[in-house]
Amino acid sequence: MLAKRKKAALLGAAALLMGTCAAGISAQAAEPVKIGMITTLSTGAGYLGDDMRKGFELAISEHDGKLGGADIDLIVEDDGLKPESARQIATRMMESEHVDLMTGIIFSNVAMAVVPKVVRDGMIYISTNAGPSALAGAKCNANYFNAAYQNDNIHEAMGQYVQDQGFKKVYLLAPNYPAGKDALAGFKRYYKGDIADEVYTKLGQTDYAAEIASLRAAKPDAVFFFYPGGMGINFIKQYAQAGLKDEIPLFGPAFSADEHLVDAVGEAAVGMKNTSHWSPDMDNAASKKFVAGYFAKYGAKPSLYSVQGYDAANLIGSAISAVGGDMSKKDDFRAALKKADFSSVRGNFKFGNNNHPIQDFYVREVVADPDGGYTNKLVGKVFSNHVDAYASECKM
Amino acid sequence: MLLFLEQLLNGLQFGVTLLLMASGLTLIFGIMNLINLAHGSLFMVGAYVGATAIAHGSGFFLGLLAGVAAAALTGMVMEFVIMRRLYRRDHLDQVLATFGLILFFNEMVSIIWGRQPIAMDPPAFLSGTVEIIPGAPYPAFRLAVIATGILVTGFLYFLVMKTRIGMWIRAGASNREMIGALGVNISLLYTLLFGFGAALAGLAGVMAAPFSAVQSGMGENILILTFVVIVIGGIGSIRGAVAGALLIGLTDTLGRVYIPDLMRLWLPPSVADGAGASLASMMIYILMAVALAFRPRGLFQTHG
Repeated sequence: MLAKRKKAALLGAAALLMGTCAAGISAQAAEPVKIGMITTLSTGAGYLGDDMRKGFELAISEHDGKLGGADIDLIVEDDGLKPESARQIATRMMESEHVDLMTGIIFSNVAMAVVPKVVRDGMIYISTNAGPSALAGAKCNANYFNAAYQNDNIHEAMGQYVQDQGFKKVYLLAPNYPAGKDALAGFKRYYKGDIADEVYTKLGQTDYAAEIASLRAAKPDAVFFFYPGGMGINFIKQYAQAGLKDEIPLFGPAFSADEHLVDAVGEAAVGMKNTSHWSPDMDNAASKKFVAGYFAKYGAKPSLYSVQGYDAANLIGSAISAVGGDMSKKDDFRAALKKADFSSVRGNFKFGNNNHPIQDFYVREVVADPDGGYTNKLVGKVFSNHVDAYASECKM
Repeated sequence: MLLFLEQLLNGLQFGVTLLLMASGLTLIFGIMNLINLAHGSLFMVGAYVGATAIAHGSGFFLGLLAGVAAAALTGMVMEFVIMRRLYRRDHLDQVLATFGLILFFNEMVSIIWGRQPIAMDPPAFLSGTVEIIPGAPYPAFRLAVIATGILVTGFLYFLVMKTRIGMWIRAGASNREMIGALGVNISLLYTLLFGFGAALAGLAGVMAAPFSAVQSGMGENILILTFVVIVIGGIGSIRGAVAGALLIGLTDTLGRVYIPDLMRLWLPPSVADGAGASLASMMIYILMAVALAFRPRGLFQTHG
């Protein structure tokens, strides 16, 4: 009897664990533009959303709490990497908080639960990270802008780079969720050699011993892996511990080698090549100002997530200024967003027909930072003015 | 065949990590009749304190000790301040309170250490590989984890079966009121037991830190699996925890590796990989359902 009750309680326990924890933080101002930011601040991937938010808030504080001349009321909510709770938050933001626009989602599975619904209901959504292929092609929407990238892009750049370097047999790994599939599809679009194997692991997996053993047995000449956040830390560390670091080179997107990730991995990550639309040592005025300003405000190095938050805020600012802070002029606001009239820290940045960026992609290398810790250094450019593969399917 | 042996070793190692968590939790659950969802937080505390001590130059063993001690201390304070009030309450109250503790601990480590994961490397003498299976150098630290698990299991067996405290623990598992009536100081025993379970969780945390990201919320993933282990093994049974942990460790590891391969036999690769990965992550729950269908009270039952 006792055991039975315990089991019932356990089920409740499991349900709670799989449930959610949403912590809300909001700021108040008079008659401001209300921006609803749903992002991932908890779980192992919490620092992704935290960096993005810091970048976004840096842009606001550089303009004394305003964007485009209007006061900003930024409402930030944590989705806990749970699509269902992000959806609840989105509904609340739309129906009871009446936000003017929404932004912030990091993960594509979360984005897929929220974005199609809110843009259908007329809300303008500006993505600061997730760029699932499903929203870039035939299902593109005039209310949906992606200020980061289309998911495949950064992986396509690495596919091209690995192809150019002459590798013939590559082993691929990614988590089993929409962005993981986009990642490997993107890589394979430009890499033309043999695939040793293609492995999808559970999202959030912590131990990769089994995958690494199978990988070694397949004898590839290079490995491409897409593991953002804590998954990447675990994978790279375990890969080095298995003695493979000097045997088979690792390649990945910048998500597998962001500034915090390489700091946490340490020496094991040095020399790893990764592709990105930005690098901390990029030679343009906007980027230099951003890196210095970010360090001054937070005492930390910005990552690509910070860049995307910062650029999205400045993009929003450019459009608010174009409509003179009157958010009821939706058509004008959308048209102004589409012009992308702001100076991106990434240099080249404009929107394509499907409201996804047309931008440049680079290869970077993980190096020890002379100021302590580890960072990325620019190696070369892979694509200029790169257009995503789905743009032609979009009828806008 | 050699690859299969290597994967068996991987499964064993994963099982051992689960065992360190499960043995503490099953004692607390079975004997104190307390559901502690915050057991994963103790794992996290161990990892954070251990990694921090080592980053400040304490050396591996002192860092390990610091992590285990911090988890034990946190556990005993938790028992003294909060858990005591929950023994007589409903399981649902315990679940709610300890779920609150998870949120508290996750936020607490974010405040103290920040949201960025922190680094911890294995000690130099364990950072290499050992070629125990020809052609497959195995990380030395993972072998150390397996060895730790075997030692701890041996110690637990000795403690529970051969010592007076162990006798109280077994007696407590069978009939709590009776050993109280016989003059055993139950509340002290409970605090110690809780601290001991916490220390084991802390040990698991420090041992997991070198090959995983030390970050807020790191305990939740393993906690869910730990509950699966003790339900399959039988609540309150150390032997059950051993059997359950190894079963889950092996099923999870071998499932991940071989199910996608099996699926490819009759499905196109693009479908098989995704479906295989999904099925592999369901395997342990399927196993739990099957185990409970045949042995509703777990593989090793303790008491009524």
